[in-house]
Amino acid sequence: MIGAIRSVLRAGFDAIERPFDRLFSPALNPLAQLGALGFFFFWIVAVSGIYLFIFFDTGIERAYQSVEYLTHDHWFHAGVMRSFHRYASDLMVVMVAVHLLREFAYDHYRGVRWYSWFTGLPIIWLLYASGITGYWLVWDKLAQYVALVSSELLDWLPVFGEPIARNFIATGTLTSRFFSLMVFMHVAVPLFLLFIMWVHILRISRPKVNPPRALALLSLVALLAVSIWNPALSQGHADLAKVPATVGLDWLYLPLYPLTTLWGNGAVWAFLGAFSLMIALMPWLPPLRRAKAVEVHLDHCNGCARCAEDCPYEAIRMVGRTDNLPFPTQAQVNPSLCVSCGICVGSCPSSTPFRRSEELRTGIDLPEYPLKELRERVLETARGLSGPGRLLVLACEHGAAAGRLEGTVVMPCVAMAPPSLIDYILSRDLADGVVIAGCAESACYNRLGVKWTEERFAAQRDPYLRARVPRERIAKIWASALQVRHAEAEIAAFGAKVAQLPPLKMRSPLPASAPSAQPKAREPAEARNEP
Amino acid sequence: MSGAFRTAGQFVVILALFAGVAMLSSWPAYHQIPDNTGVMVLTFVHGADRKGECRRLTPEEIAKLPPNMRRVQDCPRVRRSLHVELDVDGRNVYRADLPPTGIAGDGPSKVYQRFVLPAGKYDVAVRMRDTARAEGFDHERRETVDFAPAQLLVIDYRPESGEFIFR
Repeated sequence: MIGAIRSVLRAGFDAIERPFDRLFSPALNPLAQLGALGFFFFWIVAVSGIYLFIFFDTGIERAYQSVEYLTHDHWFHAGVMRSFHRYASDLMVVMVAVHLLREFAYDHYRGVRWYSWFTGLPIIWLLYASGITGYWLVWDKLAQYVALVSSELLDWLPVFGEPIARNFIATGTLTSRFFSLMVFMHVAVPLFLLFIMWVHILRISRPKVNPPRALALLSLVALLAVSIWNPALSQGHADLAKVPATVGLDWLYLPLYPLTTLWGNGAVWAFLGAFSLMIALMPWLPPLRRAKAVEVHLDHCNGCARCAEDCPYEAIRMVGRTDNLPFPTQAQVNPSLCVSCGICVGSCPSSTPFRRSEELRTGIDLPEYPLKELRERVLETARGLSGPGRLLVLACEHGAAAGRLEGTVVMPCVAMAPPSLIDYILSRDLADGVVIAGCAESACYNRLGVKWTEERFAAQRDPYLRARVPRERIAKIWASALQVRHAEAEIAAFGAKVAQLPPLKMRSPLPASAPSAQPKAREPAEARNEP
Repeated sequence: MSGAFRTAGQFVVILALFAGVAMLSSWPAYHQIPDNTGVMVLTFVHGADRKGECRRLTPEEIAKLPPNMRRVQDCPRVRRSLHVELDVDGRNVYRADLPPTGIAGDGPSKVYQRFVLPAGKYDVAVRMRDTARAEGFDHERRETVDFAPAQLLVIDYRPESGEFIFR
C-alpha cells in the first residue's frame, strides 16, 4: 500500500521535475532545492520580522493601528516587508510540505535517514505555531477568529483550569500584556524552530541550506512583485462584541480551523495526533533492509580522508592511527549511519582494478559487494559484448538503466565505480565505450553520487579520471527510473557513435582477465595505480 | 533556448507559484457562520458546594494527628457537579451536569458552549443548581434578547454577586 502510494507520487514528481530540469537546469531546479529554499524563506521571514518589529506597538488598541500605519503610510518599505513576512512564511509551509512528500516519494526517509525524517516532525509543529502566533498579533478580524478557535482547541485539552477562550469573547478581558506575551511567543517559537532545523540537518554531509544565487535572486524578485501586486492587508479591527463571520483565511496555515466547526475540537486533535504518529513511525513501516556497512581495511588505508570527504551521510570520520603504518589517521565507519552506497569505495585511491600482483582489496569496501566482485562482474559482462560499438553500462540501481539485462553492471551508486575502472575497461579492450547511467541529476538517490562522478571525471575531485582516457568513449546519462525509454535511446545513440570511432590505441599489453595472486606486502597507493 | 528567454521562463514559473501562494493566504473567504446568524455563548467558571459537610474533630482525633497538621474541622474537598440548563424560546438547548475540575475533584466546574442562532428576538432562560438540593435551581435568569446578525452574546455567571449576566 505504502509502496503503491510512493510509486504514484514518484511518477508525479518525475513528471514535473524533468521538465523543470530542462527549464532551470538540474542545479537550479527548485524541486531539488526545497530544503535550501525553506531555509532561505526562514531568513526572509526573520529579517522582515525584525524590520516590522520597529513599527509594531504591543498595546491592545495600538497593535492594530501600528500595523495599519506601516501597511498604508509606509507601504513602500514596511508594507512590502509585511507582505514579505506573510508570503515567505506561506512559502515556507509549501516548501516543507513538498519536501516531505518528495522525500517520501523517493524513499529518503527509511534506514539511516530516519533521523532527518523524524526531526522534521517538530519542524512542522513549530512552523505552524510560529505562523499562528503571528496572525494573533495583527489583532484584526482574522486574528480574533484565530485567537478564538485556537483557544477553543487548547481548551479541549484537560490542561487549563479556566477556558482561555473566555478572554476573547468580551471586551475588557484582554490587556496589553497579552500582546507582549504573543510577541515573546512569536519570537521564541521561531528561534526554537531554527534550532530544530539545525538538528534536522545534523546527520547530513554538506546539507544544502542556501539555494543557488540565481534561484535566490529570482525568488526575491518574484516575492517583491507579488508583494506589490497583492499586498498583505488586515481585515478590519477585531471587535469582541461581534463574531468575525467572514474571514479571508490563510489556507496554508489555517486549513484545520474550519474543521473544528465541522468535526469538533476532539476530532481535530485526534487527526493531528494520528498524523504525527504516522509521520513518526513511517521510517519503520516497513523498515528498510540494509546491506552491511562498509569496512575499512587498514592495510590498504593511507588515511587520505577522501572517503570521509565524499560520504553523503557523515558515516566516516578520520581518527588516529591504530596500526603501525606511518600515516597519522585512518578512516573509521559508523555502521549506524552507513547506507552502503559505495561512494567511499569509488573515492579510495586504493580502489584500482588494475592491481594484478595481489588479491584485489581496497582501503574501504562493501562486504556484500566488494570491489573485487565489481571487477569480476565487469569482466563477465564484457565477455558477452560483441560487434562494433561494444558498450558496457555501469548503472546505478536507482536509475533508468538499473533494469537492463545486456552489457550492464549495476551497483548501489555510480560513484561507487572508481574512475580507474573506466580506464581499466577501455585500456583492456573490454568495451569500445562506457556508459555511466545514474539517477536524474537533480534527484540522486544518494545525494552526491552524480556530483562526485561529474567532478571526478572533470578532474576537479580526487580520484581523477586520467587524462589519457578518451572522453568521446564515455557517456554519462542521468535519468530517473521512470525515464527508461529516454535512457535506452541515449545508450543506442552513443553505441552508434562509438561504432564509428577509429580503433582505440590505448590497449594494455596485459591480459584482460583479472589474475588472482597471493597477497604481497603493501605498496603505496599511487604505485599500484598501474599501468 | 537563449539565456534571456530561459531566465524569463524560470521567473514566470516562480512568479506563478508565488502568486498562487499569495492568493491562498487570504482567499477564498471562509464563512464561519451563515448569513444573518449570530453566536450565543454560555460560559462561566463556578465551583458548586462541597459534597460533604465539615465535621468537628474530637479531641482524641486531633491528638492523633501530627502536631503540625492538627486542625479543628475535617472538610471533604470534593465538590458537587454543577447542573446547568439553557432554554431558548422555551426549548431546552443545553442541559448538563458539569463535574468539578482537578485531580481531587475540588476545582470549579466550567462550561463553554456555542450556539449559532438566526438573528431575531428570543426568550432566553438559564438556570443553575450548585447546592445539594435535589429539585429546583439556586440561580436563574430569564430575559428577552434582540439578537443581531453576527452578534456575540455571552451568558456569564458572576459568583461574587451570584447572578447570571447577558452581555
